[in-house]
Amino acid sequence: MRLHEYQAKEVFSEAGIPTPESRLASSVEEVMEAVEAVGFPAAIKAQVHVGGRGKAGGIKIATDEDEAREYAEDILGMDLKGYTVERVLVEAGVDFVNELYVGVTMDRGEGKPVAMVSEQGGVNIEEVAAEEPDAIAREHVDPAFGIHPYQTRKAVYDAGVPAELARDVSSVLSTLYDLWEDSDAADAEINPLMVTDDGEVIAADAVLNIDDDALFRHPDLAEMEEEAAGDDLEAKANEYGFDYVRLSGNVGIIGNGAGLVMTTLDLVDHFGGEPANFLDIGGGAKAERVANALDMVFSDENVDSVVFNIFGGITRGDEVAQGINEALERFDEIPKPVVVRLAGTNAEEGMEILNTDLVQVESTLESAVKRAVQNAEEVSG
Amino acid sequence: MSVFVDDDTRVVVQGITGGEGRFHTEQMIEYGTNVVAGAVPGKGGQDVDGVPVYDTVHAAVREEDADASVVFVPPAFAADALFEALDTDLDLVVAITEGIPTQDMARVNKRLSEVDTALIGPNCPGIITPGEAKLGILPGNIFESGDVGLVSRSGTLTYQVVSNLTERGIGQTTAIGIGGDPIIGTSFVDALEAFEADDDTEAVVMCGEIGGEDEEQAARYIAEYMDTPVAGFIAGRTAPPGKRMGHAGAIVSGSGTGTAASKIEALNDAGVPVGDTPNEVADYVEDFL
Repeated sequence: MRLHEYQAKEVFSEAGIPTPESRLASSVEEVMEAVEAVGFPAAIKAQVHVGGRGKAGGIKIATDEDEAREYAEDILGMDLKGYTVERVLVEAGVDFVNELYVGVTMDRGEGKPVAMVSEQGGVNIEEVAAEEPDAIAREHVDPAFGIHPYQTRKAVYDAGVPAELARDVSSVLSTLYDLWEDSDAADAEINPLMVTDDGEVIAADAVLNIDDDALFRHPDLAEMEEEAAGDDLEAKANEYGFDYVRLSGNVGIIGNGAGLVMTTLDLVDHFGGEPANFLDIGGGAKAERVANALDMVFSDENVDSVVFNIFGGITRGDEVAQGINEALERFDEIPKPVVVRLAGTNAEEGMEILNTDLVQVESTLESAVKRAVQNAEEVSG
Repeated sequence: MSVFVDDDTRVVVQGITGGEGRFHTEQMIEYGTNVVAGAVPGKGGQDVDGVPVYDTVHAAVREEDADASVVFVPPAFAADALFEALDTDLDLVVAITEGIPTQDMARVNKRLSEVDTALIGPNCPGIITPGEAKLGILPGNIFESGDVGLVSRSGTLTYQVVSNLTERGIGQTTAIGIGGDPIIGTSFVDALEAFEADDDTEAVVMCGEIGGEDEEQAARYIAEYMDTPVAGFIAGRTAPPGKRMGHAGAIVSGSGTGTAASKIEALNDAGVPVGDTPNEVADYVEDFL
């Protein structure tokens, strides 16, 4: 779960990391009130879950009221990479002499947390990471102990941060690590950590992503989750509790198990089709869940054909077949052709149950995918 | 021969009285697995399907001489169950539980590095040596005893590939589902090492997927240390960056690492043919044998 910048800054600020004075605004009037409170220059920043907001025009610096009004009108309601901007954070501009990067994440390869500092913060940190990996100091942390003070100092000195800032930046890193751990975060990042000309450091941006699997023990953070303003279908999948990703093609895909569903997508592509989605109904799905999955896929207007691929381990073929029948019997006319392939536990019983007036049955993964791709071609003409 | 488990393996099931634990214990016993005990705090003295239940894993190990455990404990308590298992002298722990917080697994991973016990999973289907023992939730009927070792990050994809092999009469020594989480115990390299050392394993299939760099590491290991031929499959060629494809670990990062293309290239460079379809993987294996 991703927090918005304003939410992450609340968390950071509470933990003692300095952040600029700011107000959240959802109308031009609120922006005008906010700039009066924080003063000029003021940064007006779109609050959407999109990377590269600044480059896409979602962040502007206003130096007077006219500019503030103009930028507020521009940014509120704008479409940023598919997301509508409904709120902006209005923040006191920081007069900075340098931008640093500070972050904590999980290093999968090592299976350990890693704390990172760079003297080259700012919008190009990903390029720095790719082209000059040594410009980012990395310190692996033993999760049983947490970060030791010497490790924060080591990361800061290794990154080449000037000595007069070392103490403050170490302290920010130490606080950031603790809040990363306490909130079960996947990533916690400050980029940039701005350095002012009188030697203060201040978090001008804030990223905090929480491990979805740990939300159960952080009800305060879980409450911050907002309806995704993006794709309606992804919101619907969330309601149904499916792992769902919408793609741009026209072959709808339903299956059980992430690896097998991904493989089904890849095969659709391999046989010349274009996948419309990833939809994993998970293990042990019963009839209702199967019907919900079909409803999901039929709700996508791009879908011209559907392939249902189940390899039962704990999922039973007869249950799935029952669900497919029930879901399709509700329609006077089946919206799009559905190809079903059942294998594994109770697959034979399932095949017998399936109403072949409603679905096309195939016995192998490859033949099922080929047929669905062919159906999509016929339907789309 | 086989790796990690065989018909001598004595299994304790952690979480045996829960719905899944109970069901799969029955299935494991039916398959012929030697399930000797269950462990559930507060349920000591009961029995499930004739299997005695103990309050602690230590008691199960002491009383029934268990040497492997299977964990069906819910995510909120799973890390504690793993620490408990790692505090005994079990040889192997298989964690089926899906959804364990990643930071919990980082702490378990640290402990794992200090003990001799091997961990498979979490978020995995388990391990099976066909005809001998099944620790986990894999459907036993699709497997057949034979010469091919299989290691995979995904459950149902494993079943697909196994059925492609079994259909052609190609059986398996052992199949291991290592799990789809960001932090797991047994890695591809650990599994490949075990298969390389097993005299009966004539060929190996490894099924990877997008995310992380385990497949690239495996490719380096194969190039340097393996004589046994390996065929590969990588799921997620069509996955867009930044979207989690079901498994917590299956995500191509914004900076482009963890892509199917980089994994396929690394494997090809190591002399491992990678199938475009599961059926093609079976073709390669047939050629090896």
